[in-house]
Amino acid sequence: MALLVCENASLGYEGTPIVRDLNFTVEAGDYLCVVGENGSGKSTLMKTILGLIPPLSGAIRTGDGLQQTEIGYLPQQTPVQRDFPASVREIVRSGCQGRMGRKPFYGKEEKELAERNIARMGLEALADRCYRELSGGQQQRVLLARALCATRRMLLLDEPVAGLDPKVTAEMYRLIEELNKKDGITVIMISHDLDAALKYADKVLHIGSTVFFGTKEDYLKSKALSGLTQEVAE
Amino acid sequence: MSALWEKLIASLEFPFVQYALIVGTLVALCSSLFGVTLVLKRFSFIGDGLSHVAFGAMAIATVLKLTNEMPLVLLLTVLCAVLLLRTGQNAKIRGDAAVAMISVGALALGYLLMNIFPTSGNLSGDVCSTLFGAFSILTLSPTEVWLSVGLSLLVVGLFVFFYHKIFAVTFDESFARATGVNAAGYNLLIAVIIAVIIVLAMNLVGSLLISALVIFPALSAMRVYKSFLSVTVCAAIVSVVCAVLGMLVAIVADTPVGSTIVAVDIAAFLIFALAGKLKR
Repeated sequence: MALLVCENASLGYEGTPIVRDLNFTVEAGDYLCVVGENGSGKSTLMKTILGLIPPLSGAIRTGDGLQQTEIGYLPQQTPVQRDFPASVREIVRSGCQGRMGRKPFYGKEEKELAERNIARMGLEALADRCYRELSGGQQQRVLLARALCATRRMLLLDEPVAGLDPKVTAEMYRLIEELNKKDGITVIMISHDLDAALKYADKVLHIGSTVFFGTKEDYLKSKALSGLTQEVAE
Repeated sequence: MSALWEKLIASLEFPFVQYALIVGTLVALCSSLFGVTLVLKRFSFIGDGLSHVAFGAMAIATVLKLTNEMPLVLLLTVLCAVLLLRTGQNAKIRGDAAVAMISVGALALGYLLMNIFPTSGNLSGDVCSTLFGAFSILTLSPTEVWLSVGLSLLVVGLFVFFYHKIFAVTFDESFARATGVNAAGYNLLIAVIIAVIIVLAMNLVGSLLISALVIFPALSAMRVYKSFLSVTVCAAIVSVVCAVLGMLVAIVADTPVGSTIVAVDIAAFLIFALAGKLKR
C-alpha cells in the first residue's frame, strides 16, 4: 500500500486549475523530487498534499495508516519568522502540537521527542539560543527538527536549500539523505535544483507544460529524448 | 515632596482609587499578554480598528442611556472582530482596507450619534473621555469593576491554557494547519479576546490609546529578550509596572490617567531599546 496516492487530481485556486490530471504514487522509503518551472504549480501541489487547500477534482489520499496531519512539513521561511523572539527549543517543541490534539501543555513524551530531534539535527549547543540570531543553515535545521517532531514517516520539504551557501547546501542534502536512507523516512522534496534532484532522489515528478512521473533513470532517458533539459534550464 | 506623598496616601484610602488600581493592573496584564502575538501576526491594525469600533459602540450605548454600557459595547466589538477576521480572508476587499472602512466609519457615526442625541451638556467632555480615557477608570460602577475583574481573569486563563497553541499559530500558521492544529479556530479566539481586551482597556486609557497599551510593552520586551516565554513574561511585568506607576502619577499630579500611562510606557520602551543596544 502506498503512503500517498494522487489520482487524476486537478489543482489550483478558486476553480482555476494550475495542474490538471496529475497521477503519481509515493511508496514508503521513496525519495521523490518535484521539479518544474516557477508557476508550474509546485507550491499548489504541496499545499494540496498537506490539506491546506482542497483539490479541484480527483483526490490526493494518504494510505498505509499515514494521516495527512502526520506529514512533517519544512516550509519556506516567512518574513514574520525573521524577527520572531523564540528559542530553538520552543520552536522544535511546537512541532508536537499536531499530535497533542486538545492537550494544552507538553508532557514528558513531547519534551523527550523534541530533545531527541534537537540532538538528531546537531542543535544541542544552540537549544536555548534565539532563532532569529542563527545562520540560514542553522534555522533550516531547527525547522527540520520541528518537522521531525510532527512525523515518523514522511517529510515534505519546500525548497530546503533556498538561500543557503554551497557548503551548507551540501550539508543539508546530506542530512536529508541520511534521514531517508538510515531512518527510512519517506521524502518529498520540492526543488529548483535539478542537479541535486538527480543526484539524491530516486523518483522524479516533473510538472508544468509536460508532466513526467517515474524513476530517476527513466527521467534521464526521457530528458535525452524530448529535450526537457532545456525547458527546465529556462 | 512630603506633601505629594501625603496626597498619594490619602487618595489610596478612597475605594474608587483602590478599584481603579485593581482593574488597571489586570487590564494592563491582559493587554500585554496578547501584544506579542498581535505585533508578530501583523494584527496590530485590527486592534486599532476595533478600538474605533468600541468608540462607536460606546456612543450607541450612551445615546440609549444604558446604565451599564459594557455588555453592549463588548457584544458589538466582538461581532466586528469576527467580521474583520472573515473579511481579512476574503480576497475581494483587502483586510487592511476593510479595517480602515469599519474603523473610520464607526468613529464618524459614533460622533454623529452623540451630536444628534446629546445626553449631557458637556458633549466634547464626553467624547474626549471616551477617546482618551481621561478619568473614567476612577468612576467605575461596582458592576463594571466586577465585570472587568472577571473578564480579565478569563483572558489570562485562556492565554495560559492556549499558550502553546497561540505560539504555534503565531510562529508558523501554515505549519500548524498542516499538522492538524485548528488555526482558523485559534485566530478567531485571538480576535475575540483582543476585542474583549479593547473594551476592558477603554476605561483605562480610552479608545484611541488602547493600541499603545497593547503594543508598547511587547515591543519593549522584544528589544531585550530572546525567547517567546521570556518576552511574554517581561511584557506583562513592564505593562503592569507602567500602568501602576502611570495611575499613581496621574492621581498625584492630576493628569489624565490614560495618557500618563502611555507616557510611562514610552519611557519604558526607550529604556529597553537602549538596554537592547548596549547588550549587543
